[in-house]
Amino acid sequence: MSRDGVTVTGGPRATEARLLAGAVVLTSFAAVLLGWSESPELPPTAIVTGLALAVTALVAHLTVRTFAPDADPTLLPLAFLLNGLGLVFVRRVDLATGSDLAAAQTVWTAVSVGALCATLLLIRRVAVFGRYQYTFGLLTIVLLLSPLIPGLTAGVINGAQLWIDLFGMRFQPGEIAKLTMVVFLAGYLERNRALLSVATQRIGPVMLPAARHLAPVLLAAVMAMVIMAGLRDLGTALLFFGAFIAMLYVATGRLAYPAFGAVFFGFAAWLAYLQFGHVRVRVSIWLDPWADVTGIGYQLAQSLFALGTGGLTGTGLGLGRPQDVPFSATDAIFVVIGEELGLLGATVVLLLYLVIVVRGFRIAQTARDEFGTLLATGLTVTLAAQTFVIVGGLTRLVPLTGITLPFVSYGGSALLSNYLLIALLLRISDESRGAAKGRDPDLQADAAARRRS
Amino acid sequence: MNRQIGRVAAVTFLLFGALFINLNVITLLQADELANHPSNRRLILREYAIERGPIVAGEEAIARSVPTDGEFEYLRTYPDSELYAHLTGYYSIQLQRSGLERALNEDLTGRSTEVVAQNLGELLGGSERPGNAVQLSIEPAVQRAARNALDGREGAVVALDPRTGAVLASYANPTFDPNPLSGHDRRVINDTWAALNERDDRPLIDRTRAETYPPGSVFKLVVAAAALESGLEPTTLFPDEGVYDVPQTQANIGNFSGGVCDDGDEISLTDAMRVSCNTVFARLGVELGDDALRDQAERFGFNDAPPFDLGVTDSVFPRDLDVPSLAQSAIGQRDVRATPLQMAVLAGSIANGGQLLRPHVVDAVRDPDGAQLRGPDTGRWTGPPGGGLPISPRTAQQLRSMMLDVVNSGTGTAARIDGVEVGGKTGTAQTGGDPVAWFVGFAGEEVAITVMVPGAGSDATGGAVAAPIARSVLSAALEARG
Repeated sequence: MSRDGVTVTGGPRATEARLLAGAVVLTSFAAVLLGWSESPELPPTAIVTGLALAVTALVAHLTVRTFAPDADPTLLPLAFLLNGLGLVFVRRVDLATGSDLAAAQTVWTAVSVGALCATLLLIRRVAVFGRYQYTFGLLTIVLLLSPLIPGLTAGVINGAQLWIDLFGMRFQPGEIAKLTMVVFLAGYLERNRALLSVATQRIGPVMLPAARHLAPVLLAAVMAMVIMAGLRDLGTALLFFGAFIAMLYVATGRLAYPAFGAVFFGFAAWLAYLQFGHVRVRVSIWLDPWADVTGIGYQLAQSLFALGTGGLTGTGLGLGRPQDVPFSATDAIFVVIGEELGLLGATVVLLLYLVIVVRGFRIAQTARDEFGTLLATGLTVTLAAQTFVIVGGLTRLVPLTGITLPFVSYGGSALLSNYLLIALLLRISDESRGAAKGRDPDLQADAAARRRS
Repeated sequence: MNRQIGRVAAVTFLLFGALFINLNVITLLQADELANHPSNRRLILREYAIERGPIVAGEEAIARSVPTDGEFEYLRTYPDSELYAHLTGYYSIQLQRSGLERALNEDLTGRSTEVVAQNLGELLGGSERPGNAVQLSIEPAVQRAARNALDGREGAVVALDPRTGAVLASYANPTFDPNPLSGHDRRVINDTWAALNERDDRPLIDRTRAETYPPGSVFKLVVAAAALESGLEPTTLFPDEGVYDVPQTQANIGNFSGGVCDDGDEISLTDAMRVSCNTVFARLGVELGDDALRDQAERFGFNDAPPFDLGVTDSVFPRDLDVPSLAQSAIGQRDVRATPLQMAVLAGSIANGGQLLRPHVVDAVRDPDGAQLRGPDTGRWTGPPGGGLPISPRTAQQLRSMMLDVVNSGTGTAARIDGVEVGGKTGTAQTGGDPVAWFVGFAGEEVAITVMVPGAGSDATGGAVAAPIARSVLSAALEARG
């Protein structure tokens, strides 16, 4: 028995290997089914997808086995299953629209898994990040601003200026900025946790810490928000803010922060509504997508049509109409899955995220130091919030803003960022479990100290 | 910090819970509504995956579906497009459907709209059945004769069989080409649609049934019917005066010629009809009274519209007329309005001995194997007062012979066909602009006809403009029917 109750023989890595094999087999099966919907002879793309996933999974597994032997065994298989599903459905969209994205996404999968391996290889303790918190803070701002730099920018695409062209490749630095932002916040909050927890000022009924302690945090958040509003990427701004508030609350235990955050968010949202035409449009679509079904409401209406047509069991793989849904390979890939695999398939996808989130919070709770706890919390909330914002947007629970569905949507930067996120969670979990096992006396001492506190 | 993480996790789970609930609502509760939403293209694509049944006139498929290589599997084409446009309508991915394409959609697809949406499996399995064929009562030769006789002028022609109500020709100018509207290129559809709607002559309006016109002197048939039903005879004499001094007004009524109708002494009802004498009919209308005239008009179907395979606008005889208005109405002026189809039904009831029959253009609906699923909607039009018996057989006979006189030696001689009993009544309604020229009549007991030409010049008359058209169409109909 492992500590988290995963029954295994041969430890967490054996579990991981079996789950990974399952993910690869499931994905290959789906790829073959999709291939057969094209032609009776299995197209090579189906085999390529399966093989690529198998090879990258093997490499990732061996790396984890070597460099993070005690890491959580479920994260990697979950990421691969979602990634594999993404590859199949990006291919599905290719078939429907004549695009050719699946090949690029396969390459990006290899690159991203390589980055995951490199991270595990290079970063043995996440605490090293804590020393460079301001570097990460600065990096966040640079990354966010980089699409505005002439010569680097890829210009305004779909109403937002979020991309840069680097070595002939299109890259969305904001995806990486999510991670650096969380790293910065984790470091900053860890260091100033005590100060931020002590309320010395009273604003009405709310007690707040001294402004000088709060200021840098607020400043960072406000800047990120302003930049995001400037870049017109509301989804990512919301994501940053959610992660920021959650981390602040976890660090300080003061409900005043989320309360204050909610008020601040409400105010910011109101300002954005007054200030930005595109925000007003988003809200009006959300309130009544049917008012202009062929115009501004088209995307949301098509999403709902796809899901409604899919119903409980879906039309079946390859039998839906992803060509009718705008951004079907990126933002809207969830409804393509929903149409073809139905409520059942969509529910499975959401459950996969939920399991990652549960494991993420568990890793946060068992991390061997506060920095790790805060980092894991921030990473997990980021992933959860991103999933919520896009799925909620596509299902009209919240206003729709264009962001990617982690691991599934087409997009190299996003995939890379998500695998790095998983790499960090793997590292944090490996540290704490390794310490608990006494793998490293130094780590063990840390863990013991933590348990006493 | 673990307690806080637990709470953050709890909030996260709540949000995911909301996602799950919402997803269930969409995919289960709202599924039908969303799947069948008119803007959901899936529905229209499935509909276009069905080989829609043809619409057939005589032996010709006037609307048929041909397979394509495109996203929409079948293209609706109309080989003799403009000739039948007002009957077939269009079948458009952008504008939905009109005409018979709309009215008979379920027959043509072979299933109800809901079934189209649900039989996805059947469609994917490639086992879909073609739709049913709709056979029209239209005789292509008569339809063509109507078009040729109108010769591009604005107007409408309706010919029907007075014994059954079967419409043999229903043609209106201007017309349009439904092919570009029924194509699969949205830009072409939109451009064509915009151009058609911008035209001042409104080619999308079917002037046989969707528009009403002042009937002018053809309304004298209704006045005469009321008079005969009230006990007067065709031989009853009336003062033959150049001007009828209408009570309660200075706006008196004169004759078309400007003088008296005959010798300035007395004139019979038959002769008054033959030469279309305004002074007699205005006087007669006032003497019969508002209620008697309205009752007779409504017995013929006014203030209502005949039941038909396509929508028909109500023909109107106004309520609560004062005496001056009544005098004007009696000669078909002022606010009296009629559709050409209504007048053809009226003519049919005179030709067939007094029965108001339901007009119909659909003769049969047949399944793809040729078996008849449905026949025509025939029978009496029982809606109006009198239950579809507007006049006695005796009155019908009297009106009939009066109409024969009109064509033999009156205003309608241009409609005469040698060796055939042709009867009719001309009309020239003053509207302020060009008059509306009418001919309403019959040939034997086999064809009833209405010709209406609204813009044929300021000196156009029913006798000069409409009667010759009627003659051509009646000849074609007699020939077509053997």
